[in-house]
Amino acid sequence: MGLPMLRLENITKRFGPVVANRGVSLEVQRGEVLALLGENGAGKTTLVSLLYGLYAPDEGRILLEGQEVVISSPRVAQRLGIALVPQHPELIEAHSVAENLALGLELPPFFSRRALLQRLQALLQDHPLGVDLKAPVHRLSAGEKQRVELLRALLSRPKVLILDEPTSVLTPKEAEDLFREVRRLKERGLAIFFISHKLDEVLGLADRIVVLRAGEKVGEVRREEADKDLLVRLMVGRGVAPPPKAPPPREEVVLEVEDLLVPRHGFPLQGVSFALRAGEVLGIAGVAGSGQKELLEALAGLRPYRGRVRFLGSPLPQDPARLFALGVAHIPEERSTGVVGGMSVAENLALRTYPRYARGGLLDYGRMEREAEDLMRRHRIQAPSPRTPLRTLSGGNVQKVILARELKEGPRLVLAMHPTYGVDVGAAEEVHGRLLDLVREGGAVLLVSEDLDEILALSHRVAALHRGRLVGPIPREEASRERLGRMMTEGRA
Amino acid sequence: MRLELDPAPSLGKVALAYAAFLLLALFLLALLFLAYGVSPWRAFAVFLSPLTDPLGLSEVARRAIPLLLIGAGLAFAFRVGFFNIGAEGQLLLGAVGGAYAALFLPPGPWTLFLMFLLGGLLGALWGGVAAWLKVRFGASEILTTLMQNYLAYYLVVYLVAGPWKGQLVFGFLYTDRFPPWAHLPRLGDTLVHWPTLLLGVGAALALQVLLFRTPLGFALRVLGENPAAARYLGLPVGRLLLWVGGVSGALAGLAGVGEVAGIHHRLLEPAQISLGYGFTAILAAWLARGRPLWVLLTAFLLGLVLAGGDALKLAFSMPFRVVDVVSGLFLLALIGAEALSRHRVIWRR
Amino acid sequence: MEEALLRAVLFGTPILLASLGALLAERSGVVHLGVEGVMALSALAAFALALETSPLLGLLAGMGVGVLGGVALGVFAVTLRANQFVAGLSLAALGLGASGLLGKRYEGLPLANPLPEGGLALLALGLALLLHLLLYRTRFGLYLRSVGENPKAADLFGVNVEGVRYGALALGGGLIGLAGAYLSLAYRPSWTDGMTGGLGWVAIALVILAAWEPLRAVFGAYLFGLLFFLQFRLQGSVPIPSEAFATMPYLLVILVLALSGRTRAPKALGVPFERGR
Repeated sequence: MGLPMLRLENITKRFGPVVANRGVSLEVQRGEVLALLGENGAGKTTLVSLLYGLYAPDEGRILLEGQEVVISSPRVAQRLGIALVPQHPELIEAHSVAENLALGLELPPFFSRRALLQRLQALLQDHPLGVDLKAPVHRLSAGEKQRVELLRALLSRPKVLILDEPTSVLTPKEAEDLFREVRRLKERGLAIFFISHKLDEVLGLADRIVVLRAGEKVGEVRREEADKDLLVRLMVGRGVAPPPKAPPPREEVVLEVEDLLVPRHGFPLQGVSFALRAGEVLGIAGVAGSGQKELLEALAGLRPYRGRVRFLGSPLPQDPARLFALGVAHIPEERSTGVVGGMSVAENLALRTYPRYARGGLLDYGRMEREAEDLMRRHRIQAPSPRTPLRTLSGGNVQKVILARELKEGPRLVLAMHPTYGVDVGAAEEVHGRLLDLVREGGAVLLVSEDLDEILALSHRVAALHRGRLVGPIPREEASRERLGRMMTEGRA
Repeated sequence: MRLELDPAPSLGKVALAYAAFLLLALFLLALLFLAYGVSPWRAFAVFLSPLTDPLGLSEVARRAIPLLLIGAGLAFAFRVGFFNIGAEGQLLLGAVGGAYAALFLPPGPWTLFLMFLLGGLLGALWGGVAAWLKVRFGASEILTTLMQNYLAYYLVVYLVAGPWKGQLVFGFLYTDRFPPWAHLPRLGDTLVHWPTLLLGVGAALALQVLLFRTPLGFALRVLGENPAAARYLGLPVGRLLLWVGGVSGALAGLAGVGEVAGIHHRLLEPAQISLGYGFTAILAAWLARGRPLWVLLTAFLLGLVLAGGDALKLAFSMPFRVVDVVSGLFLLALIGAEALSRHRVIWRR
Repeated sequence: MEEALLRAVLFGTPILLASLGALLAERSGVVHLGVEGVMALSALAAFALALETSPLLGLLAGMGVGVLGGVALGVFAVTLRANQFVAGLSLAALGLGASGLLGKRYEGLPLANPLPEGGLALLALGLALLLHLLLYRTRFGLYLRSVGENPKAADLFGVNVEGVRYGALALGGGLIGLAGAYLSLAYRPSWTDGMTGGLGWVAIALVILAAWEPLRAVFGAYLFGLLFFLQFRLQGSVPIPSEAFATMPYLLVILVLALSGRTRAPKALGVPFERGR
């Protein structure tokens, strides 16, 4: 077998008191796909960042073909032949595809646009791109952007390729295409790091699997010896039960949307109609940027729209504060939008209802903090005290703060976007549990997610957005991953 | 060498960072004094001389008054994310309002009240315009408030050289002396007009309570920390910003009234009304880290800078601009130290 | 009429130069609010050296001070990732203060052999064109634009974000220094405290009006130049107080800011780059 292409020895990385990686050792050979498996927060991304020169390790060393190397920046990583396809496409949206690809090349100090285009066309002959080189990147779909990202990585002729959760923005079909390409690259002798938390992908693609948990390597298995149960136990440290099923919905209609139109950059969200009943979860899938965000923001009062929207029989006001008072909760796409990092946990739990704590014009912090303690207990929010600044909490706990705040008034409708994005398995289970509790009490949930498994597990009915139009909804029983994937990409049910 | 974020810097490291940057600032200041041709040691001694006698201390206090009023308003505005750089102009507008009430409204026991009212209103208007331009058009308040400073400057020049020029002053550019009703009482024979000082203390206290104890302050802090969250919650962002622009402008306006009613007793050339209070107050507010109450301390610290600048001017006929040098250097040192202590330095390549 | 246009160009030149300098910094993602102060200090350095040696050396000194100002801003805004706006404002105060302090002994002295305004105006025009080519036809320009739009992506692509930003600040600083030197060596060959008179701020606003494009800055600068000329010319000949004319450029800046407040700026403008965030 000879020297491994890349070898990590005893890597440790700390951020203040937090240990992100502890004594991790692993290696990858030429022509091998090594999967790095672990749930969110297990330290996968930190390890990638160390390999690509974004951080410096506190302890341990990295060997490339037997030589110790110090990877002090992405630039050095590239010179050494290490390339990275990041989890979310990091491209320069305002620039053309060609200019983005050019950043992966050794460029002369002066160049003309035409010469650049010719050179790129020649280089891309055996990797068809399928998009116009002159198009600005912001017009591309998430899948196309990732293709650009991959080709840019390949232009530098790497020896080691790191793919960080590459399928999180892809449709099932796009993911298949990517896997085919990865197998081809492997045959050409590249050493490939494949980072994922999805078991099927890992089992389908990897030669060897290293499992990380809480920053430590907890197992290494060959593909032939691995199965799902074993990997889950390694990853989580215990078995994971599937989320409990919600009871069937009631008759009462909570939300009625007819012919909704939301103007937006590119194409509008158009002709969207659906009804949502009490005790029902409607899941909405879609390729990133198909109008999910616009739909949710319009219903949450953050975006102007046209069309008829009725909530419990009356028109929906377009004011977030009044909506919440009426019983519409909103879990925003970005966690950072839903909280204020510099304010305390108690204050963040009171963001919606702070005027209620006024007594004689002054806020009663004693009461606010007592009520916060109660919520923290009920939602298992881990923080030293209600006065702790929110920014010191982990992503999962921040999400629990948002959920606790949005659900505490017993809303009739929850608009939830990516509610478990980037949180660990335990927190995700709790988020799902809370949402289902609410559904049992007769609340309705509009669930937008990039995670098809999440949608299929929680929803009564599912639909997809395709270029601003709603496909479906269809009953959950008639849906499958594949069918949902087709609805997202082809716009047919 | 590279810098990485350090989420929990130790106290010793923070102290070291501040000490290093302050020493650097002092060193650069010493170089400038040398270049000007005076001994740095003597210059430093003169600079600190106001601390050594009662008269000097009263000079410090006198300069701390406008800094306190303006600084409390700016600390408040910065906390809410409104970068009001135009306190200088708002102060001048306040002085204009005060002068109008003193010179053209029937005098009486109500004169001082009317002066502060009109001056505060004009200052609020001047700050409010910038807030409105930001809310309505997205114009950067940093630049609009700066430009408004020039507008206010020329307005005052126009008034004192034109329509308001005094009947009894010949070659000079200023108005007639205000009637006695328009004079603020002072402490003994110093220039410390204590009613304005009390006003400043009251403003700092009130804004502190407003920000940290009331529902309105809660909303304002949300807006300042995370504008996206403010929109998500449906807070009236535009109205809140107008409010902040108005309040910080009003306080600067009151400071302007204090200067003309307490010290000069007339409206005169802009450079004589304000000794660069607008910029120095930014430093006072920044030092106070968005806590209006802390301005009670920082205003006096910066009052010393202004009084020290004056002492340098007298001792070495140094241009008063030296105050800008001191303020600029120390503000740089401050943000540099703050930034450095947030990071840890990794020397290994 | 012809005179008006010529004066407009001559007065627009320092605004153009300073504006190009600020533009270069902003395209790389760094707001340079120190322009006014750096310009003043450059004007002084240029004048002082021209008086002692030769105007050409003075010109170089002015540019050198501008470069230093840019690098100083870089230390705070790029390396330390401090608040760019506060750092820039401090630099402005420091520059204005230091020039007032050190320039006292040069106040009122005449410069025997000033530089030709016309030549420098042409140079400024050429520099605008060169800057356009630099941004769109060179590797450095591509890196610079990328760093201003998405430093994280550029960093992942292997671009040295900090290096490019320092480069932009240094180059831009040179242009700002040139603007200062033009004032004290050619336009009004002398030194007076406060001779920049707010031109630095106008230049920063102009960057927004020009939508961060060097060629558009040319027209904006000459427009402001015309306004300054009219202010000078119409004073006394119409029954409007001269102070009202004096406020015109500043009013125009406010108008410009209101009209173009929501123009698309480089995406990463004003945000310090922190790796791994």
